[in-house]
Amino acid sequence: MEKLKNIISLTIDGQRITVQSGTTILAAARKLDISIPVLCHHPKLTATGACRVCIVEVNGIPVTSCTTAAEEGMEVITASPYIENLRRDIIDLILSDHPYDCMVCERAGSCELQELAYKYQIRTPVFRGERRIYPKRDGNPFIERDMEKCILCGRCVKVCDEVQGVGAIDYAYKGFQTKICPPFERDLSCEFCGQCITVCPTGALVSKPSLGKGRQQDIRKVATICPYCGCGCNLTLHAHKNEVIRTSSPKDSINEGWLCVKGKFGLSFINSPDRLKTPLVRKNGVLVEASWEEAFTYTADRLKQIRDTRGPDAIGGLSSARCTNEENYLFQKFLRAAVGTNNVDHCARY
Amino acid sequence: MSSQPIEIKVCLGTSGSAAGGEEVLRMFQHRISEQGIEAQIGRRCTPKKVGCRGFCSRDVLVDIIRDGNKTTYQSVTPIMVERIVQDHIVGGTAIAEWTVTDEYASFHEKQHKIVLGPCGEIDPESIDEYIAMQGYLAARKAMTRMTPDDVIDEVVRSGLRGRGGSGFLTGEKWKVCRREEQHPKYIICNVGEVNRPLAEGNPHAIIEGLLIGGYAICASKGYLYIRERYHRSVERLRIAIEQAREKGFIGPNVFGTGFDFEIEFSFGTEAFICGEETALMESIEGKRAMPRVRPPFPAVQGLWGKPTVINNAETFSNIPIIIGRGGEWFSSIGTKESKGTKVFTLSGKVRNNGLVEIPMGMSFRDIVYGIGGGIEGDKALKAIQVGGPSGGIIPTSMLDLGLDYENLAKVGSIVGSGGMVVFDEDDCIVSVTKFYMEFLQRESCGKCTPCRVGTRRMLELLTKITEGTGGDEDLRTLERLSGVMAATSLCGLGRSAPNPFLTSFSHFKDEYLAHIRDRKCPAGVCTALIIFSVNEEQCKGCGLCKRVCPAKAIAGEVKKIHLIDPDRCIKCGACFRACKFKAIKKQ
Ligand SMILES: Cc1cc2nc3c(=O)[nH]c(=O)nc-3n(C[C@H](O)[C@H](O)[C@H](O)COP(=O)(O)O)c2cc1C
Ligand code: SF4
Ligand code: SF4
Repeated sequence: MEKLKNIISLTIDGQRITVQSGTTILAAARKLDISIPVLCHHPKLTATGACRVCIVEVNGIPVTSCTTAAEEGMEVITASPYIENLRRDIIDLILSDHPYDCMVCERAGSCELQELAYKYQIRTPVFRGERRIYPKRDGNPFIERDMEKCILCGRCVKVCDEVQGVGAIDYAYKGFQTKICPPFERDLSCEFCGQCITVCPTGALVSKPSLGKGRQQDIRKVATICPYCGCGCNLTLHAHKNEVIRTSSPKDSINEGWLCVKGKFGLSFINSPDRLKTPLVRKNGVLVEASWEEAFTYTADRLKQIRDTRGPDAIGGLSSARCTNEENYLFQKFLRAAVGTNNVDHCARY
Repeated sequence: MSSQPIEIKVCLGTSGSAAGGEEVLRMFQHRISEQGIEAQIGRRCTPKKVGCRGFCSRDVLVDIIRDGNKTTYQSVTPIMVERIVQDHIVGGTAIAEWTVTDEYASFHEKQHKIVLGPCGEIDPESIDEYIAMQGYLAARKAMTRMTPDDVIDEVVRSGLRGRGGSGFLTGEKWKVCRREEQHPKYIICNVGEVNRPLAEGNPHAIIEGLLIGGYAICASKGYLYIRERYHRSVERLRIAIEQAREKGFIGPNVFGTGFDFEIEFSFGTEAFICGEETALMESIEGKRAMPRVRPPFPAVQGLWGKPTVINNAETFSNIPIIIGRGGEWFSSIGTKESKGTKVFTLSGKVRNNGLVEIPMGMSFRDIVYGIGGGIEGDKALKAIQVGGPSGGIIPTSMLDLGLDYENLAKVGSIVGSGGMVVFDEDDCIVSVTKFYMEFLQRESCGKCTPCRVGTRRMLELLTKITEGTGGDEDLRTLERLSGVMAATSLCGLGRSAPNPFLTSFSHFKDEYLAHIRDRKCPAGVCTALIIFSVNEEQCKGCGLCKRVCPAKAIAGEVKKIHLIDPDRCIKCGACFRACKFKAIKKQ
């Protein structure tokens, strides 16, 4: 009974649906596979209500579906001509203050604003006027910040604050000059987790190392696990002509699509000429490439030899945070049971 | 000989102080003590500061109350003090040529001063004077003889509507918040620009109103949100809080009822949006003042996520009066849906600029011609802009409209914060509209698209029109933008920003079209559209225009007709104003 009280039913575009109370109109519509365009809404962040693109009609009045909770008996129309015209004009206003350089933009092909411009077929905006011009570029090594392309959706500010807990950026100035920036417009100096790039709907925030290295449609995506630590974050490598140029992470993964600076920007070693691709065994003072078979055999022989001649406590093991829990478990087990020593430790302890 | 003390009241509101009130007060104190006036006449003289009484164009105003007769002097400067002391205070004869004229009487006569009543009469820094006029009696009555619900019912009965913005029924707002089960609750007083005279003239009324409101909704804490820059208001409110705390009106166990109430300041910065209720709450919480989405409304989820009532300072000032005299009495003033009075700052081209309090429903004609004394220089009235920067522009054809919430809404305007600006024939409506849009686009918080970009686009289009490069299609674009902004903006700023354009365009379409089609500014304001030339028949060849022209654009020999070189003319209008023969034409 108690549970039933929290269930409400409403109609969206004539279709009935029941949802938990507190569900937004947007979420309810998505359950019905009715798509409502959004720019500032992000499923993992608190609601902002800034872009106004997600408006729908309730009793003839436009309300933002991302912030309005569904109510019992509500009748929602998501795409009346009135709403579609308003939506079109809001997107038009955004585009009237946006650089028209999609042809060279990193995000072309995966930009949410471009999608909407296409959907509403806005070639040149009706509302023409001044555009914000910001000649200064951010000097940080990882994140290209082109604030002329920023649509002030606020997602980057929220992800930095709500998910990362860093608060490196916020709104500055007011009116048309409103801008997202680090304090005093200094160069960004943060954790460089790149979450802001992940959530930015436009080309305002992109990864610097991958600039100019490949168009969205030429990218081959490879699903893998981040090699850096035991967390095992899901990783999608974006490869262009056999070079990994950037990474992303699927939203529905154990890490919910978030990565850290290493997973986001730390994979350039893959293409490094210094990278080791086979084991090396020192022969006559010189490191020589060897097969895995040879390397393992050599290691096992030496360990046995030391244990037999000097006793097991002459051996110690140090394991790594890059291994999983299971691997670490096996490692200590190996040292204790196979070698017979308690000399085992982990790099994360000191 | 009477031994009644002689009272000297010097206006020390913002305007009075700016006009030199402090110096005038000091001079009275100095003269009276230095010359031993009290001993000489055998009675006490008490010079004191009072708040603004509204007639700011003739500041510094000084009342001398001698034997029950009040004489008011206007435009008093320190050097006049000596003679006032000698002739009036010692000699008993008022100096007729320095006293206020009939205008002063007619300015006050038509007003209905409820909240402004004590302003200009009592010393705002003395709780005893406030108590002497029954101050804090209403709070005592509410807390000792009424339940919170009784208080709310009384406010509902009064029909009081919020004086800070949209005119929401105050009692109803309190009721919603009272019903909420979450605790603690908060109550906030929004002290805006227009409220400064109230805070300076009678701060205790605001404190008392806040206290009663706090009791009614069972709030534990009240906030006074005010810009730090309003030093005088802050100072007087601070003194009022301290005095009230000393008397036990604020603090633990108020009036022995077990109700605890604290009041704290929270300071805003120089942003218009800080007055918007949800942005204000963000600001109190230490965040950037950007409006929140609604619902949830503040009464349910406000400051720190708790149920919160927010009201304007004028709304709160009405509360002690309503509780004291009864909601019924209050609702006898005003119109059917709009009860009580409203304070306006009357400014612009009207003869008597100042602060006025009118009963709801008074006509614009009575305000402008009755209280305001008509238009300066006997020019023709053109329009009245009411409701602050995003209010509507009312044409002369609507002069007889009664000013209340319903009527203003009908004509596309708002009561808003209570600004009223009068424009005359010399004002260009397009420029006026552009002026307001310039303000709004600068003050938009930048959060939502329609307002942030829309206000800028509107400003650009209006600028184009005033520069003579506008086209008919720009008007259509302005209308289309207005529709989008009004329907989809997040908060009241963006939603009401199109008001000045929409109202002015509907009433002064011809003036817009003149700018666009004829490339003319009928009021002669838009410099890009006016040409100065010499009317050859009237020119006497005196050469004055040539001498005053800063651009050396005028040529001519003495006693011969002078000519203006349009390419050099920078359209400053110096020649136009200088010519004694009205021989310069402005077209
Ligand atoms: C842009 C904007 C500015 C505002 N400025 C003020 C202000 O300065 N003072 C004020 O009392 N209300 C202001 N308001 C209205 C408040 O949001 C709020 O409605 C009001 O304080 C509620 O009090 P009331 O019910 O007593 O009027 C403003 C609203 C907007 C949208
Ligand atoms: S930089 Fe991107 S994420 Fe941040 S506010 Fe701008 S558009 Fe949104
Ligand atoms: S309407 Fe304007 S002031 Fe209000 S939230 Fe939007 S941008 Fe900010």
